[in-house]
Amino acid sequence: MRITLDIWRQKNPRDPGRFERFEVPNINEHMSFLEMLDVLNQQLVSEGKEPVAFDSDCREGICGMCGFLINGEAHGPLRNATVCQTHMRHFKDGDVLRLEPWRAAAFPVLRDLIVDRSALDRIIASGGYTSTRTGSAAEANQILVSKPYADKAMEAAACIGCGACVASCPNAAAALFTGAKIAHLAHLPQGQPERMARALSMTSQAHAEGFGHCTTIGECEAVCPAGIKLEVISMMNKDVIKATLGGRASEMQTLAALPPSAAMRFFESEPPKKEQ
Amino acid sequence: MPLDAHIPSGPIEQKWQKNKFDLKLVNPANKRKYRIIVVGTGLAGGAAAATLGELGYEVLNFCFQDTPRRAHSIAAQGGINAAKNYQGDGDSVQRLFYDTIKGGDFRAREANVYRLAEVSANIIDQCVAQGVPFAREYGGALSNRSFGGALVSRTFYARGQTGQQLLLGAYQALQRQVAAGTVKQFVRTEMLELIVVEGRARGIVVRDLVTGKISSYVGDAVVLGTGGYGNVFYLSTNAKGSNATAIWRAHRKGAFFANPCYTQIHPTCIPKSGEYQSKLTLMSESLRNDGRVWVPKSAGDKRSPDQIPESDRDYYLERIYPTYGNLAPRDISSRQAKNVCDEGRGVGPGGLGVYLDFRDAFKRLGRKVMDERYGNLFEMYERITGEDPHDVPMRIYPAVHYTMGGLWVDYNLMSNLPGLFVGGEANFSDHGANRLGASALMQGLADGYFVLPATVGDYLARGGFAKIDTSHPAVRDAEREVNERTKQLMSIGGKKSADQLHRELGNVMWTDCGMARTKESLTHALSVIPELREKFYRELRVTGSGAELNQQLEQAGRVADFFELAELLCYDALQRNESCGGHFRVEYQTPDGEAQRNDAEYAYVAAWEFKGVGATPVLNKEPLVFENIHLAQRSYK
Ligand SMILES: Cc1cc2nc3c(=O)[nH]c(=O)nc-3n(C[C@H](O)[C@H](O)[C@H](O)COP(=O)(O)OP(=O)(O)OC[C@H]3O[C@@H](n4cnc5c(N)ncnc54)[C@H](O)[C@@H]3O)c2cc1C
Ligand code: SF4
Ligand code: FES
Repeated sequence: MRITLDIWRQKNPRDPGRFERFEVPNINEHMSFLEMLDVLNQQLVSEGKEPVAFDSDCREGICGMCGFLINGEAHGPLRNATVCQTHMRHFKDGDVLRLEPWRAAAFPVLRDLIVDRSALDRIIASGGYTSTRTGSAAEANQILVSKPYADKAMEAAACIGCGACVASCPNAAAALFTGAKIAHLAHLPQGQPERMARALSMTSQAHAEGFGHCTTIGECEAVCPAGIKLEVISMMNKDVIKATLGGRASEMQTLAALPPSAAMRFFESEPPKKEQ
Repeated sequence: MPLDAHIPSGPIEQKWQKNKFDLKLVNPANKRKYRIIVVGTGLAGGAAAATLGELGYEVLNFCFQDTPRRAHSIAAQGGINAAKNYQGDGDSVQRLFYDTIKGGDFRAREANVYRLAEVSANIIDQCVAQGVPFAREYGGALSNRSFGGALVSRTFYARGQTGQQLLLGAYQALQRQVAAGTVKQFVRTEMLELIVVEGRARGIVVRDLVTGKISSYVGDAVVLGTGGYGNVFYLSTNAKGSNATAIWRAHRKGAFFANPCYTQIHPTCIPKSGEYQSKLTLMSESLRNDGRVWVPKSAGDKRSPDQIPESDRDYYLERIYPTYGNLAPRDISSRQAKNVCDEGRGVGPGGLGVYLDFRDAFKRLGRKVMDERYGNLFEMYERITGEDPHDVPMRIYPAVHYTMGGLWVDYNLMSNLPGLFVGGEANFSDHGANRLGASALMQGLADGYFVLPATVGDYLARGGFAKIDTSHPAVRDAEREVNERTKQLMSIGGKKSADQLHRELGNVMWTDCGMARTKESLTHALSVIPELREKFYRELRVTGSGAELNQQLEQAGRVADFFELAELLCYDALQRNESCGGHFRVEYQTPDGEAQRNDAEYAYVAAWEFKGVGATPVLNKEPLVFENIHLAQRSYK
């Protein structure tokens, strides 16, 4: 099959950028989308032209490095998949596809389809962890975690940090990403001691980075390759409200000093239903 | 040169405790005065950087991806081993130790492996405390599954995303240190040279992959956790960017490269679909818990799998290895897959595939349980092939997956270059000639959380070196080398991309030095590789300039190093006149086709010394002494 590509070209962050058209003939439907771009780039190199810069690494949907818009859709038309997992069989001969980088104030374009997503790291650095010292951990089975909670934590923890949620959001909010980490840790006893402080610091860091406010439009959930659900955002919002209402700094410290079982009293979200 | 592994004296059960006591400690008030350079943010590098930062050292941490969380460890699917014996099925430190030595075909160092088994339990404790959402039983306890090469259930897992969750745990610990100011993170920054001053590793030269700027960082010790070199074969299950540049540059600067020929071919990967293929995708070995591997009994049987009755199927692993069956170790399973395909019984396009069939497991366990265990793997398979494994058996074929070889290190994970430490897949230390499933994650985290923080501290406490800064002549020399190399790659002006030339190298490596090696094939490879390397320097084209984000240049540098490493790999395979684990020399096999070791002559670690590009490398030997385990022919029957 043959595809026409309109690709965003931008030499560096200062270049205003523009679209450039390429024809890619002889595409095999078993190729992945990125392999199709490899073929295009190989062609460009042999002609002495600048190949298209795009990020990728694992090429199996787990590292979160790849990602751009195909005809305005983050990661392209396939649900629950990254662009590296999208194969050409999902396109038709003669399709014209427009490829552009994630668009968000907090994600400056570095070159062509590559953006700078380091703002997401800074959100994690602001509190997306448990403060445990290496080597000081208790025996792993000492704290039991009921399976439905563990499963919920895993669901939220599956976020690959790709930034598609931001790119698809009309407000350029990072709520799904931030909520996913907050929910992951909030579902586990190990996450309780710092739970309220974490919700506050991570959400305020997200705003400081220039991400927008969430107005629950839901585009993020639709494009998320890891299947992160909007419920993580409501969990985050509840924690933020609780923390703002009840959580002065001194109380937070008391909470952090309590044993995990006591801290669990603050753990009020609906337990997920046990599977049949 | 004699190699001293510095193995502590005393009984094996006490070596690590004794060593830890003997290691010198750095005065807490002085820790922040030491600067440690950690290259890599995978399980090994990330865990080491986070822990060293937490201890109070000044840590500079580098990766070539745009964030530390994308290190290739993220892609590990199946799980991590630990001798917790939660299943009460007879597991113990001793058994994990034994399984790992045997799995490695008796080519690993006993003391290192024992320590690995010993700290394995602490890893799980650590990760749980970080919030790693391991799979659990309904009662709330941690759940386990079985992996190849073991008869006990000791593998911990987080859906099919264990590596992701472990890495995120380490990444979060790392970000905590970044916030605390102990770790400085350098992303999209690639190490291109090691700086050696008076025989000690003191720093690195890096390229900022966004601006192209070349600069140097110096410190008191350098830790490499830069991953494996499987991409020397071009196609592998490794990420597209995985490369050997960091360890190769260190090797060129004097660090010995150990056992480069020990490469692991994983039996369960999705077969290649065409020439454009950029990487191969692994289907986790955990699938072999419930999937059954088979091919038609007769060659050329073209019926669709559902049309082939039980009586015409050959469940060859169950037939040949009744005890381990579908859970036979990787090297053995891969070789048997190759054998049945060589007999013309392979399935799918080109006959390069075998079935991995879940029909019976679906019947026994039901779709729901199966999807809970493997749902994301089934989806992954369907996405790539367009076929649904609920309806048709998977087709799988072996692919390059892991490299047991790596930089030589002593018991303390320090290379023969003082001050250069190596952890994770980048070193050679724990897996001998074959790695068991779920043991790489264990090793990466053992090295990163528990071993390196103790041993690097000891090196620093012993001192004996002065502070240096980047005005040192050795730093300027190293930078000049990097600049010259960049200029050279940019100026060739041929017509081929680095990727194209890399693929040619990969073809040679896979054919001549892949699953089955012979004296002839290796001699052939050794004559072809230098020619291909010359071709690379004649026909390469790198567009653009060095002073900008330039992915062609990044790749060209990595491929250039693979061309040198490939040759060393073949030298090593040629000198090892025996078969062991992942290294199968056709000339050396038992009457029933298993690997035939030669313990009398080859029970050593081959540690190679660089003598120049194209020059024959020098072999140094570290004899392997087995005091606790009796050397035996490996049997999984
Ligand atoms: C698909 C797949 C599945 C696997 N599944 C399992 C499993 O289930 N269980 C198991 O035990 N093992 C598994 N493994 C093996 C295991 O994942 C790896 O061996 C292990 O994660 C390697 O970790 P590492 O820290 O050594 O290196 P990596 O995670 O590869 O990290 C390398 C780091 O070094 C950096 N780096 C490299 N070179 C440079 C340079 N020149 N300059 C700067 N930075 C550099 C990279 O940016 C990265 O941060 C799997 C491997 C693959 C490929
Ligand atoms: S929440 Fe989903 S879309 Fe957003 S970064 Fe995580 S994986 Fe990507
Ligand atoms: S390249 Fe890793 S998710 Fe696409």
